[in-house]
Amino acid sequence: MSQPRLMQGNEACVEGALEAGLRFFAGYPITPSTEIAEMLAERLPRVGGVFIQMEDEIASMAAVIGASLAGVRAMTATSGPGFSLKQENLGYAAITETPCVVVNVQRVGPSTGMPTSPAQGDVMQARWGTHGDHPVVVLSPSSVVETYVLTVKAFAIADELRVPVVLLSDEVTAHMRERVVLPDPGTLPRGERPRAGRAPSDVPPMVHFGEGKRVLVTGLYHDPSGFWTENPEEADRLIRRLCGKVESRREQLTMVDRWYLDDARVAVIAYGCVARSALRAVRMARERGHRVGMLRLACLWPFPRHEVTAVAGRVEAIVVPEMNLGQLAGEVERAACGRCRVVGYQRVDSELIRPEELLPVLEEV
Amino acid sequence: MEGLRFLRSEHLPHLWCAGCGHGIVLGAVIRAMLRVGVDQDRTVVVSGIGCSSRAVGYLNMDTLHTTHGRALAFATGIKLARPDLRVVVLAGDGDLAAIGGNHLIHAARRNMGITCVCFNNGIYGMTSGQYSPLTPQGFRTATAPYGHLERDFDLCRLVEAAGATYVARSTTYHVQQTIEYVARALTHDGFSFVEVLTQCPTYFGRRNRMADPVKMLEWFRQRAVTVAQAGRMKPEDLRGRVVIGEFHRTEDVSEYTRSYQALISRLSGEGDRDER
Ligand SMILES: Cc1ncc(C[n+]2csc(CCOP(=O)(O)OP(=O)(O)O)c2C)c(N)n1
Repeated sequence: MSQPRLMQGNEACVEGALEAGLRFFAGYPITPSTEIAEMLAERLPRVGGVFIQMEDEIASMAAVIGASLAGVRAMTATSGPGFSLKQENLGYAAITETPCVVVNVQRVGPSTGMPTSPAQGDVMQARWGTHGDHPVVVLSPSSVVETYVLTVKAFAIADELRVPVVLLSDEVTAHMRERVVLPDPGTLPRGERPRAGRAPSDVPPMVHFGEGKRVLVTGLYHDPSGFWTENPEEADRLIRRLCGKVESRREQLTMVDRWYLDDARVAVIAYGCVARSALRAVRMARERGHRVGMLRLACLWPFPRHEVTAVAGRVEAIVVPEMNLGQLAGEVERAACGRCRVVGYQRVDSELIRPEELLPVLEEV
Repeated sequence: MEGLRFLRSEHLPHLWCAGCGHGIVLGAVIRAMLRVGVDQDRTVVVSGIGCSSRAVGYLNMDTLHTTHGRALAFATGIKLARPDLRVVVLAGDGDLAAIGGNHLIHAARRNMGITCVCFNNGIYGMTSGQYSPLTPQGFRTATAPYGHLERDFDLCRLVEAAGATYVARSTTYHVQQTIEYVARALTHDGFSFVEVLTQCPTYFGRRNRMADPVKMLEWFRQRAVTVAQAGRMKPEDLRGRVVIGEFHRTEDVSEYTRSYQALISRLSGEGDRDER
């Protein structure tokens, strides 16, 4: 068993990435993600990996994709404004099926906002920030130890499915220090890239540079050989397969925690730092005799539609507290499909939602 | 004929317009690769977006066609992850000097072991003829209908100042020099940069009374002066001319990936001090 340690969310992300076999990091400093870069600058060369501080976030994302195509596990970390800059190349990773992990420690926006203050305003940016239809997987940790676990998972998913995976953290989770006991090294599955010889699937085998296969990798629509095409049938097939490979694994990718849902009349759906306050509020409500339960989402995209629909069918109302003006609440509403009321509770003033303010909301609905 | 093995001939004919100079530059790159004995299976060629950037589609080696302006940033990731591979960037003047200008100066400053060939047609070809940072002053483009007011970059001086360790310029008229410079760039240890003026009769020429590619090549011949000649000329006589030749060459600066590998070796002796 690993020893208990006092650790920060960003530090846990670094530990998770190294456990996952990270060997390349490129980034550009932005609070509240900077500790990740600083720690990796020290750690990576010690394990034979490479750290580079690029000239901007666009370049960092590009370098990460280049390194991944050359065969190493690669990651970048940023925050709101930097995440916006990465979007074009995030789309490039999606269409070229290049595994990589992008950490976005959310801060207040739009623009420079209230620098370094917490928010959850990038839920939709993470899903739809780049142009076109494309697959994406977004994981959102609520604690320090979960930041570690989800970082390892992010690499596993990225490699298995050949997709960019976004670890959507937030300022609170990233800077909070907690006593953690990390899972023993080697106990979490690390996943593998599909390589030649693996059973055929909707995720094609990956060829790395320097293997003598003379591949063409392009952000243009391409046919199965990799060469660009303007054939509508090929185009349709490509985009549907790319989106389908994640879509068809929605259930496997679903990661939720459930509390007191069996007899609940009201359910809270929360994620990230807010999930902690929400759980406290749920417990307070229970103590006062209210039948309130909670569903916590650790994977935001693909959205765990079936879970949410099931909850909506059993309760009278769902409360979605979040630090934005309802980005996930809208998605919950879509999944609830009118089966129950969906009530958002929102703050965008940089203050974390507290249990005491949520309690009356839960009592009212 | 030997160069054919460097081409994905099944994908020919290429998509460039009749009279375009990009094929001449690509041909020169392939001849230079043959001359220096480039290993086809251990070379990655990276491009951005633009007419010139389509060159990678026809090259029979590992090739990466990236986003507009970002070729050097992608190439940096590849080179750092696999310093043993040879990394070549082929990109347009708009790609490298406008949207990708920042990556260009920083790749040069780091002295990344990348060979960068700039296809300078002085125009945005792919988007049909708007001005680029290398459009000469006074010339007409789709977005400079009254003649271009801005001054153009001297890209070679820019990358040299930024830290590039091999810098040369040639044109599609001066094919032998082009091959020679690209060959030297390929064998150079550090960031090497070769700018090649190439004709775009379709979008540059037509608007500037040079719709005929031969006229454009003739223009290159008349405009070009060698570094030596330029040294003897008065500034006013140099106006409107383009200096070709080798501008800078040094191996005194450490190539970046090698510096980083040295750091890794130094630290491996110490072990991971962070291991708790
Ligand atoms: C982010 C972005 N902005 C703009 C474009 C449109 N675009 C495609 S190619 C190009 C310019 C190409 O010019 P250059 O790099 O000089 O190459 P050429 O086509 O002349 O060979 C532009 C602006 C794009 N693809 N992406």
